[in-house]
Amino acid sequence: MSASSSPTLPSGPYPALPGRVRHFVDRLRRGDEIAHVVTVIFAAGVILITSLLVYVLWVNSSASRHTFGWKFFTTSVWDPVFEHFGALPFLYGTVVTSMVALILAVPLGVGAAIFLAELAPPRLSDALAFVIDLLAAVPSVIYGVLGIFVVVPFVRDILAPFLQSTLGFLPIFKGPSYGIGLLTASLVLTIMIVPFIISVSREVLMAVPLDQREAALALGATRWESTIRVVVPFARAGITGSIFLAMARALGETMAVTMVIGNDPKITSSLLAPGYTIAAVIANEFTEATGTLYLHALIELGLVLFLVTFILNGLARLLIVSTEQRGGASNA
Amino acid sequence: MKVLRILGVLSLALFTVSVAKAQSQDPLNLNAAGATFPYPIYSKWFNEYHQAHPNIQINYQSIGSGGGIQQLKAGTVDFGASDMPLNDQLLGTFNFKVIQFPTVLGAVVPTYNIPGFTGTLKFTPEALAGIYLGKITKWNDPAIAKENPGVNLPGDNIVVVHRSDGSGTTFVWTDYLSKVSPDWKSQVGSNTSVNWPVGLGGKGNEGVSGVVKQTPNAIGYVELIYALQNHMSYGVVQNSAGKFVKASLATVTRAASGASSQMQSDVRVSITNASGADAYPICSFTYLLIPEKIADTSKRDAIKGFLNWMLSTGQGQVESLDYARLPSAVVSLNMKHISEIQP
Repeated sequence: MSASSSPTLPSGPYPALPGRVRHFVDRLRRGDEIAHVVTVIFAAGVILITSLLVYVLWVNSSASRHTFGWKFFTTSVWDPVFEHFGALPFLYGTVVTSMVALILAVPLGVGAAIFLAELAPPRLSDALAFVIDLLAAVPSVIYGVLGIFVVVPFVRDILAPFLQSTLGFLPIFKGPSYGIGLLTASLVLTIMIVPFIISVSREVLMAVPLDQREAALALGATRWESTIRVVVPFARAGITGSIFLAMARALGETMAVTMVIGNDPKITSSLLAPGYTIAAVIANEFTEATGTLYLHALIELGLVLFLVTFILNGLARLLIVSTEQRGGASNA
Repeated sequence: MKVLRILGVLSLALFTVSVAKAQSQDPLNLNAAGATFPYPIYSKWFNEYHQAHPNIQINYQSIGSGGGIQQLKAGTVDFGASDMPLNDQLLGTFNFKVIQFPTVLGAVVPTYNIPGFTGTLKFTPEALAGIYLGKITKWNDPAIAKENPGVNLPGDNIVVVHRSDGSGTTFVWTDYLSKVSPDWKSQVGSNTSVNWPVGLGGKGNEGVSGVVKQTPNAIGYVELIYALQNHMSYGVVQNSAGKFVKASLATVTRAASGASSQMQSDVRVSITNASGADAYPICSFTYLLIPEKIADTSKRDAIKGFLNWMLSTGQGQVESLDYARLPSAVVSLNMKHISEIQP
């Protein structure tokens, strides 16, 4: 494109043209106008695709929406034979596995990122960052296989007996454990999303200007104080972004989850019990779904997943706005 | 610029020539979509048929029975394939008539993982239904132990495993349980996916067998083909004549031939729990779905030709891929139905 043409170009070979047109042609020649139009089209494309997605999901779930209405969100029977469909157990499984995974992954990921960005020798940091970027690119079915052969036996034989003997009085660790279930799915999700948090957070932390650190140190802060009081708050927006990215992946993850979650649409308080997620049931049942109502119910589940992602993102943003107002003084 | 223009003219000329050439040699393309269970044999058939008739090319997408039915209804494929015969309610949503052709047979077998036991277990229909309803919860339950004297069955809880993805395998399994257990029929019923009273879900045959192998005291069900090709051991099941039968290609075909007299009026007859002393009780046909009216003469002739070939030469090839072949009575019934395909 002509964007690379020199900005010191003379006003062009059209001196006879009126001012505004000449100005436009000028800008066009320098690439400004083209860049503007092209990027606007790209940005509009994102919105267009998103709204098209919602529209298609909305139209193709009409039978289910009319039959069940709001009851779709409050009933927990999923019966393709008698055509009763309720989304509640899938909603529950999706939210629980993603939240447990985030609770485990955020401290782990941010902690590792702080080490890599602030404390580790640069050579080690770069080598580890390379490995972490590789981890983020591993296909999810590989994580599923890892889950079946490593995490499932680990949970069944070691973790679940340990949790039940120490924290067994809590309802979340009651009941029999097969190794397959909500906790195992959460652990596999944790393994999958940690690389995202580390990779993005590390970049953001490293982008914090050096003078911020130097100023903190000059004021007598220790290295740890400068990291935790100055560098991390400065990079907070970027770290939050990485957590959003991780949450989106956890909510929509299909293959690895369906391999280890047990695929049982029931709501149980125990994390050791099997469960089901929205993405997993769609992937499992869509290909063989016969009958309009069944198909539309599955498509409506897709709409619900969209809604869940939307709401959780909104809540997370609200949370950030409120904490920023309270502790905003520490931020630049 | 000149070079570009010359290049453009040249490529246009080339394109015209190649289109003209392709039109003279272009094979007749037929598109089909549907069930995944018969995909290996269908793909072999379509390939061999193309070898024998180079002018006919059949493309098959194994996207699942549900997808095959949808695409056939929408008219985006020339014919479909389904593991589950289409019932009247579903056929009513089509704006054309569909003829259903049974092509091969599949069977479903119970597989289990009891620590320290490697032999063959015998299952009565009551035991299987009880386990999957969650009424029989321990391996040493009298309903299982009675038919397996001498086997040291543990007193542990049974871990029930089923398919999590919608599948013809689940349809056959639940169709069988519906026939042998009134409770199952009224509470659960039969479909490619059902509301399971108990159990864990595994994705695909490999998912179910993986969970069963990984979990002590588990029971699951897989396709016979999958069990044979992976050298898995599986249980024998008591048939309607009271005999315990091991699933094999021969006992599956036997089950189908018992049902062929009923199929004269309607091919959609379910052959689970079929009569006959050697009949294995948990098996079914898989179907090709062909529109009754095909306006395009060359397409109609090609499809008819393929069906004829599939019922003669094609049937000879199915056992090499561990599918059970159609009994001769069903073959001649199918032959009769080919003539119903009209312009």
